Amino acid sequence: MRRVVVTGLGMVTPLGCGVEKTWSRILDSQSGANKISGFQIDDLACRIACQIPLGDGSDGTFNADQWMEPKEQRKVDPFIVYAMAAATQALDDAGWKPTTYEDQCASGVLIGSGIGGIGGIYEASQTLIERGPRRVSPFFIPGRLINLAGGYVSIEHGLKGPNNAVVTACSTGSHAIGDAARLIALGDADVMVAGGTESPINRLSIAGFAACRALSTNFNDDPTRASRPYDKDRDGFVMGEGAGIVVLEEYEHAKARGAKIYAEVIGYGLSGDAYHITSPSEDGDGAYRCMSAAVKRAGISPSEIDYINAHGTSTPLGDELELKAVERVVGNAAGKLAMSSTKSAIGHLLGAAGSVEAIFSILAMRDGIVPPTLNLDNPSVETAIDLVPHTPKRKEVNVALSNSFGFGGTNASLIFRRVS
Amino acid sequence: MSDVADRVKKIVVEHLGVEADKVTDNANFIDDLGADSLDTVELVMAFEEEFNVEIPDDAAETIVTVGDAIKFLEKNAA
Repeated sequence: MRRVVVTGLGMVTPLGCGVEKTWSRILDSQSGANKISGFQIDDLACRIACQIPLGDGSDGTFNADQWMEPKEQRKVDPFIVYAMAAATQALDDAGWKPTTYEDQCASGVLIGSGIGGIGGIYEASQTLIERGPRRVSPFFIPGRLINLAGGYVSIEHGLKGPNNAVVTACSTGSHAIGDAARLIALGDADVMVAGGTESPINRLSIAGFAACRALSTNFNDDPTRASRPYDKDRDGFVMGEGAGIVVLEEYEHAKARGAKIYAEVIGYGLSGDAYHITSPSEDGDGAYRCMSAAVKRAGISPSEIDYINAHGTSTPLGDELELKAVERVVGNAAGKLAMSSTKSAIGHLLGAAGSVEAIFSILAMRDGIVPPTLNLDNPSVETAIDLVPHTPKRKEVNVALSNSFGFGGTNASLIFRRVS
Repeated sequence: MSDVADRVKKIVVEHLGVEADKVTDNANFIDDLGADSLDTVELVMAFEEEFNVEIPDDAAETIVTVGDAIKFLEKNAA
């Protein structure tokens, strides 16, 4: 199979618009959590979230007008606007603008989302009930469909190759990158714009996830302390929003045009729990098999993994099960492994989590520094693995793994290696 | 310019994101103002909303320019 490398990065997160702005704030141990603004929250069990800082585009604020025409924005849910912003950043970063028909046909898109336009579906439902079917917009459907994120990106950038989307809840972003890498490895495309995007912060989603008992509810008055993976006081995840998109490219293609190469995608593993719709399997078996499959595909020894960006959502059950599965994978090498959850800073971006965290894993490799797990005051279990509490640490990272696990028992692990 | 014409042109500018001076009576929504088939459906909905009138599908199909819309609404709006 052909080798696949990462040549472009883009993101919009609760810590800012842009990769470097977000990363510098992650390394500064900042939190994107706050009291929810924009809708009624007094009757919700969870009243906090990590929302994207809106503004004129300066100092990392997100200005949608910089990424999509206002008349187009009006037709779509924010997850599509976030994808447009992150994809444009990634393609600019990669310096890839396909203009010939051949280059366009060799360039594809694979962008997923966990729940897509749930906010717009909620609003259109109200329109239907209150004002009747003749008031439902012709843009309601195309502006809410999950694959329209990739659709808009392909139209904007002339990507005529494979055009696909992944929907695997909180594993979406990782599956998107892994599946896109395989399309390149197998020769279906030379370049893929891949990742996840999500705009889930509205009354309906918060009510629904709170009903699943998945959200933190004990820190409504102290939002920045709520996302605390591995800590004994953790009580659920904090919802985030945004997008993470990468440009993947066949190695020789990237080399031939002198592209900057961030990392090689060397491993991708998938598994299913076949256990429960929302709870992870009790023995962490699904996570273990997924990481093992990625390690096997990478052809490395587990002891070669220097850093893991954990799924680590800050839920009582999930964090410890993942930790145990990781310990099982790496065995005696646990003492040299660093593993952190950046969800402690930006919350859980659901379908965008995997791709944003893959980018953090790549940046840890680039800069030789691993990001922290905020709020980890008292770990609930003992482990030889360094969970990087509170502040980042200098560490040479040659191989990094990123985990994502989703509702429905769907798991994905990606492994990246530095290209020397 | 009539009140109806002002209101129609304002809606067209907002929905299609075009400059006001391009929104002349003769301007065709699709050929001159860059609308697609979905935009024209939404425009008709916006006219219905603004003028509190129902525009049946067969009538909507005859509204292809800004002037068509103004004429229809001057005749049919309350």
